[in-house]
Amino acid sequence: MKILVTVKEVSTVEDEFEIEGTSIAEQYLGADLNEWDDYAVEEAVQLQEAGIADEVVTVTIGPEDCEQTIRQALAKGADRAVRVWDDSLEGVDLLDVGAKTEILRAVVEAEDPDLVLTGVQSGDDSWGATGVSLAEELGFEWAAVVNHLEHDFEDDRAAVRRELEGGVEELTEIELPAALTIQTGINEPRYASLRGIRQAQRKELDVQTLADLGVDESAIEGDVTLTDMYEPESESDVTVWEGSAEETAAELGELLREKGVAP
Amino acid sequence: MTNVLAVADHRRGELRDVSYELITAGRQLADETGGELHVAVISGTVDEFADKLNREGVDAVHTVDYGEEFNHDVYAQVLTQLYDEHAPQYVVAPNSVNGLDYAPAVANALNLPIVTDTVDLESDGDTLVATREMYGGKVETTTELEGTVVATIRGGEWPAAEGTGDAAIEAFDAEIDEDAVGSTVTGFEEVGGGDVDISEADVLVSVGRGIEEEENLEIIRDLADALDATVSSSRPIVDSGWLPKNRQVGQSGKVVTPDVYIAIGISGAVQHVAGMKGSDTIVAINTDPNAPIMDIADYAIHDDLFDVVPALTEEFQ
Repeated sequence: MKILVTVKEVSTVEDEFEIEGTSIAEQYLGADLNEWDDYAVEEAVQLQEAGIADEVVTVTIGPEDCEQTIRQALAKGADRAVRVWDDSLEGVDLLDVGAKTEILRAVVEAEDPDLVLTGVQSGDDSWGATGVSLAEELGFEWAAVVNHLEHDFEDDRAAVRRELEGGVEELTEIELPAALTIQTGINEPRYASLRGIRQAQRKELDVQTLADLGVDESAIEGDVTLTDMYEPESESDVTVWEGSAEETAAELGELLREKGVAP
Repeated sequence: MTNVLAVADHRRGELRDVSYELITAGRQLADETGGELHVAVISGTVDEFADKLNREGVDAVHTVDYGEEFNHDVYAQVLTQLYDEHAPQYVVAPNSVNGLDYAPAVANALNLPIVTDTVDLESDGDTLVATREMYGGKVETTTELEGTVVATIRGGEWPAAEGTGDAAIEAFDAEIDEDAVGSTVTGFEEVGGGDVDISEADVLVSVGRGIEEEENLEIIRDLADALDATVSSSRPIVDSGWLPKNRQVGQSGKVVTPDVYIAIGISGAVQHVAGMKGSDTIVAINTDPNAPIMDIADYAIHDDLFDVVPALTEEFQ
């Protein structure tokens, strides 16, 4: 079995930041492997260690800068990586679901995996829709928000648990090939070992342009335009206690006594 | 003319609250575009559901009596057929776990753009302005989409529709291609259970990612002991296996309404807030004054939890 895992480098934002136009000013941004994708990578690597997957390939849409993040996934055990980038993607400030679907479809068709794993959502723009959209595009089956995957794949079916709201899980079986969107908590993502990090440097990281993949540039124009970004207005009149830890703790202590909930 | 098609959400025989919120959001869009609001309800006891969904402002309810529970393949097939027949400008679905299991597939099958997890929607008839958050709620954005759009709405952002409407309730004769149904729901399971019911607690000392290490939970337990309170947590703590699932507050955990909720090192992701915003008094201890939890807190301490929590414990020992 071959598994393709989508890996995104997401922007992280410092506690204090400024907005410039429709984005956060560069100096307040960091970069990290998308948390949900980290769990997807781990699940794929565990399937490989269990002798079920023969190969784990990652795919990332992103500029050269994100190769460090891709190497993280390789260091955790993925075999090789594909990175898709193009000058035409440079100026796009919001790559919408349709555009990502088009690009990833081309990669899946080239790689021909049995299973595609994606994170449920990305930590920055959090659409939460690409995995299912991609599955539909490919004619794959799918399951969204998976927090458990049985590793035996009996009769070419995947038995999964989907995490519904309110502490209820749904047990679902789906036919392969399939795309699963992976929820945090499905496993415990490993830290990359030093040996893994060294090995990752030697693993294949293949860069593809849209033209290489046969994707028309018009596919990335997208239908969603970002028009404004601002800090949300606070809805509450929060009382902020100030002072030393002892002073603020004393304020809170007093409140708890007033409410009659503390001795 | 159908301008808006809203898709009801139900589970194990019950309509979910977001179904009524979808009617409010859908009615508003229908008013803005001068058309009708239709509601689709698929699978389960659809006639009973249709009666409940017939609230003020609903013009038609389409029922599809097929199977008991949600199946995304069935939903996707039915919704593309309803779309073909009624040509709505906007399809609105819940941004629930199930909504996210079919809405992107429907959008892709119909070659329509999708905008998810919206907290506000406005249309002038051509352009849809959708408001949504990014970076875990640190910023809000407006996005614009032209023409026909699939949008999912976040629960709790629109008021539930009330009153009784005079909708036409029509059985929709969907053709389900059984061969194209590749998924089967085989059951449900309640998770967590266990020793403690956090939804019963008067005071919750709730801990999040800010605690950094499992060993550090000790100071949270000490505080809970001193206050005779119960320990709960946000999702990452449970994901890490530091606390059992039954301690998790939030959309995928428990909904809690204690007298006092002390959020320690919790940033306040929307999924967490969904589970605790009904608390009587919310106190947040967090170094980040811009953390989303501050938007719903009544009291806040912008300081290091490792200083404040032991000091508070000492108060009560």
